[in-house]
Amino acid sequence: MAYDYSKYLRSGKIPHIWCPGCGYGIIMKSLIRAIDATGLDKDEIVLTSGIGCASRLPGYMDFNTLHTTHGRSLAFATGVKVANPKLKVIALGGDGDMTAIGGNHFIHACRRNIDITCFVFNNYIYGMTGGQYSPTTPKNAKATTAPYGNADNQFDIAQLAIGAGATFVARTTTYHAVPMEKLIKQALDHKGFSVVEIMAGCPTGYGRKNKQGSPANMILWQKENAVPANKAKEMSEEEMAGKFAIGVLHEVHKPEYVEAYDAQVGLK
Amino acid sequence: MAREIRFLQGNEAVCEGALYAGCRFYAGYPITPSTEIAEGLAASLPKVGGRFIQMEDELAAMAATIGGSIAGKKSLTATSGPGMSLKMENLGYAYLTEIPCVIVNVMRGGPSTGLPTGPGQSDVMQAKWGTHGDHPAIVLTPSTVQEQLNETVRAFNLAEKYRMPVIILTDEIIGHMREAIEIPEPGELEVIDRKRPTCDPKDYKPYKPDADLVPPMADFGSGYRYHITGLNHAEDGFPSNNGKMAQADEIRQENKVMHHYDDIVKVEEFECADADIIVFAYGSSARSAKEAVIKARAEGIKAGLFRPLTLWPFPEKHLEKYVGKAKSFIVPELNLGMMKLEVDRVVKGQAKVVGINKIDSDPITPVEIIDEIRRAK
Repeated sequence: MAYDYSKYLRSGKIPHIWCPGCGYGIIMKSLIRAIDATGLDKDEIVLTSGIGCASRLPGYMDFNTLHTTHGRSLAFATGVKVANPKLKVIALGGDGDMTAIGGNHFIHACRRNIDITCFVFNNYIYGMTGGQYSPTTPKNAKATTAPYGNADNQFDIAQLAIGAGATFVARTTTYHAVPMEKLIKQALDHKGFSVVEIMAGCPTGYGRKNKQGSPANMILWQKENAVPANKAKEMSEEEMAGKFAIGVLHEVHKPEYVEAYDAQVGLK
Repeated sequence: MAREIRFLQGNEAVCEGALYAGCRFYAGYPITPSTEIAEGLAASLPKVGGRFIQMEDELAAMAATIGGSIAGKKSLTATSGPGMSLKMENLGYAYLTEIPCVIVNVMRGGPSTGLPTGPGQSDVMQAKWGTHGDHPAIVLTPSTVQEQLNETVRAFNLAEKYRMPVIILTDEIIGHMREAIEIPEPGELEVIDRKRPTCDPKDYKPYKPDADLVPPMADFGSGYRYHITGLNHAEDGFPSNNGKMAQADEIRQENKVMHHYDDIVKVEEFECADADIIVFAYGSSARSAKEAVIKARAEGIKAGLFRPLTLWPFPEKHLEKYVGKAKSFIVPELNLGMMKLEVDRVVKGQAKVVGINKIDSDPITPVEIIDEIRRAK
């Protein structure tokens, strides 16, 4: 039987703004199924976002939802969580939102290990402003602001998160909708700062300019280039060129920020 | 029982006021000359069940302050000029989304990094017009250490009552000076909490105003699930491109302050009733101005001090009483003439308006003001 998503969606707020072929609808549905699997109450969930296509997601979801300024999703989320740690706080944004304008907030949230689950929707491009290059746009790829090809080097979001101290880091793609749901559930269950990077195609802003074919072709590209984390560990750098690892990439346990703060200052 | 007397620094008095008002969350980023506020609350908030966090930058500090308020805690942040510039983006968000919070700006001199360790009054226009778009502003300007405490309590009350950010504009002189002050007893000063909804959660509209033009605000997690966005929005909180509705909502926000002018605007009018010469002064400059007025009166000059404790909304109804009576207005301020523009606007050419302006990181002295009073005689 088909899953009933309506319990978590705000009636009257659909259709969403995402373009045909965009992967964000797949992510939203995986997120709903994962949240449902956690058994969390809708009233205790806070969903924050910044600005961009991905960041419109909270408007469609029936939780406490906070659509903030560009890049600041995690900074608002931090205030919410520290002021009321009973809330389950989920922050999301696109690659530009989280790693360009929000890059500083991202690395420091990783460092603190505050109990927030962070989803980065990585489509290699600024979608909402019409296809400008982002920190994850591959070198030499085309964008409206890189008509001769992108001169910048690319951020690896998952590696950035691991380096900055996040205690749970995973990567998945919109092709892997069912494994994505499981990874999201694992991230939500993790105590501490967890990051899930979700590779998603932007046929309108990226695929079209870089001759990636139809949206279906873009999803197939994800399938062909994603390598399970365990297998990726055994592959050489040359073998991994142009490919990326998926699954849980990093998981450790460290004291959670608010709990550690409360213990340190004598707050019960 | 006699009130407790303590010898406090102005920045420390802000901490006392914040705790008195029920502040339970502080997010900040250190900057001179405001740092003692962060240091004080880092030490004292946990003792009353509150939390302190030092964020990675001023943008994050303002964002977290707003987040703390949305989660139901009275929230504070403090900064100084360059930090205030960084806070503007998220301050604008708090105006549009009507989130109560208090921001202390301990002013210093100069654009950019400027003169970090000296006083300035260079952010008075920024406090009203710093962020983009139209919005009301409530800005308080204490002149004494006692007022640092009392006006901080008032700032929280106004923020909660009118569901908006309130700025306390103070400066290095008051922030760092020490004076003996009376700590009010619990219950002595009024403490106001935001209106929270009482309706059925399914009927809650986060931006549907009551008759006072202020909508009740639900804490996230209290069972009222709703949407907050920095986009212009309808009464239900969801984004809308309806320009007419956006205009009406922003005008309603402007009116929620302007219609309560009498509740919000507070001034000290000292020897103004029969004054020929009125010194309009605020913050640390008002301390020198008061001394100058007392000396001028001793010399038989009919001088008075008009001291706004609320700088925005500008106290024009109060000031208008003296227009057509006083023959000159003197406006000493540690900038090149910002509030003088507002005095000019209200005086409308019916009296001479003279500025005393310094941006050299030194205070304006009583001598400088009395010299100007004598010239105006």
